[in-house]
Amino acid sequence: MIGCSAGGLGALKPLLRALTPPLPLPVIVCSHSAEPGTGLLVPLLARHARLPVREARERWPVEAGIIHLAPPGYHLLIERDRCFAYSVDEPVHYSRPSIDVLFESAADAYGAGLAGVMLTGASPDGAQGLARIRQAGGLAIVQDPADALAPTMPQAALDQAGADHCLPLARIAPLLNELAHCA
Amino acid sequence: MDRIDPALEDIELELFVRALRQRHGYDFGHYAPASLRRRVRQLVQTHGTGTISALTGRLLHEPEFVFTVIEGLSVPVSDMFRDPPVFRALREQVLPLLASWPRINIWQAGCASGQEVYSLAILLEEEGLYERCQIYATDFNPAALRRAQEGIYPARAAQAWSRNYLEAGGRHSLADYYSARYEFIKLDQRLRRNVSFANHNLVTDKVFCEAQLVLCRNVLIYFANPLQDRVLGLFRDSLVRGGFLCLGLRESLEFAPSGADFTALDANLRIYRRNVFTAPDGKA
Repeated sequence: MIGCSAGGLGALKPLLRALTPPLPLPVIVCSHSAEPGTGLLVPLLARHARLPVREARERWPVEAGIIHLAPPGYHLLIERDRCFAYSVDEPVHYSRPSIDVLFESAADAYGAGLAGVMLTGASPDGAQGLARIRQAGGLAIVQDPADALAPTMPQAALDQAGADHCLPLARIAPLLNELAHCA
Repeated sequence: MDRIDPALEDIELELFVRALRQRHGYDFGHYAPASLRRRVRQLVQTHGTGTISALTGRLLHEPEFVFTVIEGLSVPVSDMFRDPPVFRALREQVLPLLASWPRINIWQAGCASGQEVYSLAILLEEEGLYERCQIYATDFNPAALRRAQEGIYPARAAQAWSRNYLEAGGRHSLADYYSARYEFIKLDQRLRRNVSFANHNLVTDKVFCEAQLVLCRNVLIYFANPLQDRVLGLFRDSLVRGGFLCLGLRESLEFAPSGADFTALDANLRIYRRNVFTAPDGKA
């Protein structure tokens, strides 16, 4: 479960490239970079990732080994039966999709079996969701604000939620690979 | 942040839904749980009740509070001409086919605050079909219906809506259809002359009218699979054979058996036609 905003594309490309297949867990990405109406993020990231990249489809199950992207213009949620749900509720911190909405619902669905990753961004979105993930027993990984293009988002996450790991970008993917393979 | 005990919260949520159903007749039991849970948490926060149970208490003991709750749980505001390619397709592909019916009934199901009702009325007006049309705009939230009837929206939205309107093939300027005052715009009330606003709950009420076109965009996303299927059946039974159904741009029909009663006119834009041969209750 990865959230990012400003500068997120630059961070996602190397991060997703470093995730090694076969990955026995699903990856879900909520980026504010997607403009409503454009479907450009999927092909863009697909060129950099070694795992298949797809838009998370309404009502369809979350799949291991796949990178699912939140759709532009909708909130993405995870139901307890581990299927995707959409909503058009009001934007959160001016964002739809919102990282808070995704993380909070994912914390309910996965409990302790979840890792939330907060990358670069210029919005406080995601901090509350990351706190919920930790509260539910999940793991919080935050990009070191000093290493982030836009430090607001990881800093807000550290302030509100704290972190189990605060790392430079380059060390996040290796950690995720390790977590996935020993999970 | 408040700690959440998931098992406890589940019990509270179940009791809340039960109170809403048994006391007030609103059934949220088959809504998609994740969004419902989020909205109920928001209600707890907005009203400072601390727990869902306390919210349930107010729901049971304060007669007027149910409307506040319904407002909090219903589908929120939309935009005019949201997803312009859809409105362009309605204009260029659907309306010319609708024109073959002498009288055209359109059901806008879950109209919320009415932005799409006015968008549709403008479309029909510009294509010369409006005089033959009757639009039934329904919602289960009385406050939203009142807003829809007024047609007053924040002026800050007008710029984006104008852009949408033009992208959707608009023939004039959206500003021709509203007057601006202070921070608000008010849609030309002449656009309402063939619109009937009515309270209708997709969850509990029956077929509403015989329709040539049903629009219901981004409403079914809030329903769990069995309810989505049931409401699609309701639309099928409302539509004349060959009638049109327009859903939200990213809604999935793959998990609803009733989806088989429709054929895509444009699958990407989620515009469908009711099959000519379907057997709703073994009849036709």
